[in-house]
Amino acid sequence: MAVQTSPRTPTGSSSTSTASPRTPTGQPWTEKWGGLLFVAPFLVLFGFFLLWPTLSGLWNSFFNKSLAGVGGEFLGLANWREVFHDPAVWSSLKNTLVFTAMSTPPLVLTALVMALLANRTGVFGWFLRFAYFAPFVLPATVVTLIWVWIYQPGFGLVNGLLTSAGFAEIDWLNTENRAMLAVVITTVWWTVGFNFLLYLAALQGIPEHLYEAAAIDGAGDRQKLFRITLPLLSRTTGLIVVLQLVASLKIFDQIYLMTVGGPNFSTRPIIQYIYESGFTSYRIGYASAISYLFFVVIVIVSIAQFKLFSGRKEDLR
Amino acid sequence: MTAQAISLRPAVSGPVQPRFTFAKVALIAGAALLALLWLVPLLWALDTSLKPEPETTRTPITWFPIDPTSAAYRSVLEQGSILRWFLNSTIVAVLVTALTLLVSVLAAYGFSRTTFPGRKVLFGLLVAGILVPPQVLIVPLFAEMTTLRLVDTYWGVVLPQVVAPVMVFVLKKFFDGVPRDYEDAARVDGANRLRIVWSVMVPMSRPILGAVAIFTFIGAWNNFLWPFIVTTDPSMMTIPVGLANVQGSYGLRYAQIMASAVLGGLPLLIIYGLFQRHVIRGVGDAGVKG
Repeated sequence: MAVQTSPRTPTGSSSTSTASPRTPTGQPWTEKWGGLLFVAPFLVLFGFFLLWPTLSGLWNSFFNKSLAGVGGEFLGLANWREVFHDPAVWSSLKNTLVFTAMSTPPLVLTALVMALLANRTGVFGWFLRFAYFAPFVLPATVVTLIWVWIYQPGFGLVNGLLTSAGFAEIDWLNTENRAMLAVVITTVWWTVGFNFLLYLAALQGIPEHLYEAAAIDGAGDRQKLFRITLPLLSRTTGLIVVLQLVASLKIFDQIYLMTVGGPNFSTRPIIQYIYESGFTSYRIGYASAISYLFFVVIVIVSIAQFKLFSGRKEDLR
Repeated sequence: MTAQAISLRPAVSGPVQPRFTFAKVALIAGAALLALLWLVPLLWALDTSLKPEPETTRTPITWFPIDPTSAAYRSVLEQGSILRWFLNSTIVAVLVTALTLLVSVLAAYGFSRTTFPGRKVLFGLLVAGILVPPQVLIVPLFAEMTTLRLVDTYWGVVLPQVVAPVMVFVLKKFFDGVPRDYEDAARVDGANRLRIVWSVMVPMSRPILGAVAIFTFIGAWNNFLWPFIVTTDPSMMTIPVGLANVQGSYGLRYAQIMASAVLGGLPLLIIYGLFQRHVIRGVGDAGVKG
C-alpha cells in the first residue's frame, strides 16, 4: 500500500530536470524532495505502528480509558500515583530484575566456554555450532512445551533422573523457590546460542599472527588463552552483557507459557502485569502508565548499549 | 594464513606433545558432552513423540520407545489446526520479511545517499525509535488495531513487525561504506536512483541483506507476544500462538504434545541447517539487534 508511493516505472523519476517544476532557487523539485520518497514508505509505517502508539500510550496514561469504551475521563496523575503505590508493580518488577540477575551470568559465561570449545573448523566444528545454536531458532512455545514435559513431576526426564539417583522429586514449576530457577535453565538452553555466535565471530576476528608470535616466544595454550584471547574479548564481553541485560529485562514468553507467573505470582514479570492490566482488567490507561515505567528502565540500559554499539565494528574486525 | 598456522604448530608444541594431546582430548570430550547436553531435550521430545501414549507415563522412564509408532503425529495432523497455523506462519513470515527488506532498503538508501529537508531530524527520530521496546506498545497498539479493524487479520499481525528501525540503521551504515564510484558510473549510463538501488546497492550488499532476511524471517516466525495479542480466532493464529493452547486441549497426552512441538520446531531447524553459514556470519556482521 504505502510502498507504491515511490515511482516504480523507469520513466517515473528519470526525466526529472526538464519536466519537474522548479523550486525558487532553481533546483529541480525532485532533487530537493525526491529523497523523501525513498524514506516515505518506512516513515508512514513507523508513524502508524511505532510513533503513534508510543505517544497515544503516554496520552492514555492520564485518562481512565478502558479497552471497550471510547475516550474516558481525565485523571491527571492518578494512574501514575497508583503505579508507584501498587505492590504488584514492584513485585513484578522485582521478579523481572531477579530473572535478569539470575540469567545474565550463565548466559554470558556458557556462551564464552562454548565459543572457545567450538572455535575450530571441520565437521566437528560444524556439529558443535549446530548443537549449541539450534535451540535459538525454535519458537518460545515449542521450547516451553518440551521443558514443561521435562520438568513434569512423576514421569518427566529431570525427576526421572533425580529419583533414579536416589533424590527426592521436585515439582519444579509449582514450587516457589524452584520455578524461577527452572525458567532460567530453560532460557539459558534456549538463547545462549546467540551470545555464543557473537563470541565466535569475535574469536575469528583475532589475527592468527598474534598466536604465531606468542608460540615463537614459547607461550603455551594456557598463556595464549589468558594473555591474548580473553583480553581481546573483553569489549565483546561488555557488549554481550549489555545486550543480554536488555533482552532479559524483556522476559515474558517463557514465564507466561511455563508458569503463567505462578506459583503465587512469584515469577510474574512486569510485562505480564502490563498484559493483565490491559487485557484482563481492561484498564488501558493504567497499563500504559506501567508500560512507561518499564520503558524508562529499558531506556537507561539501552543508552549504555548504544554507547558500546557505536564502537562495535572496530572491535569485531 | 590458516595453513601457515597449522604448519607452525607441531614444530612448536613438540616438546609438550603428550600433555597437549591429553588436554586436547579432554577439550574435545567436553565440547561433545556439552553439545550432547544441548541436544538431549530435542531428542527427548522426538523420543516421546514416537512412543504410544501409555508408555510416555511409565516409571522408570524408558529411553527409547519399546514400540515406536507415528500414531501421535497422525492424530495431531488429523486434527488439522496445526496445518492451518503452518500456513498462517508462512504467510506472516514471508510478508514481514519481504516488506521489511523492501521498506528498509529504500529508507536506508534515502538516509544514506539523498538529501531532503528534515533528513537529520527524521533519522534522529528513527534512532530514538530503536530504543522503544515493542513490548511496551502492546496495549496502545492493540487499541489502535481495534480502531483500524485489523484485529484477527494478517495485516494486523504483519504491519507492526515491518517497522524495524534497527535494520534501517544497520543497512544505512553499510550503504555509507559503499564507494560512490559505482553509483556515478551507473548514473552516467542513465540509471535513475531507484534503478541504482536495485542494480548497484542491492547486489553490493547481498551478504548483509541475506543476514537481515534470515533474522527477520526467524524473528517473525517465532514472534509470540504480538500475534498472541492481536489474534483471538484460532484460524488466524500462527504456530507459536496456536501451540500455546495445545497443552490444555490435549490434556495429558504427552506423545501428541511432543509431536506437535516437533512439528512446530522442524521447519526452522531445517532452514537453520540449510543456511547455517549465513546465519553465523550474519550474527557477526549485523546480528546485534537487541
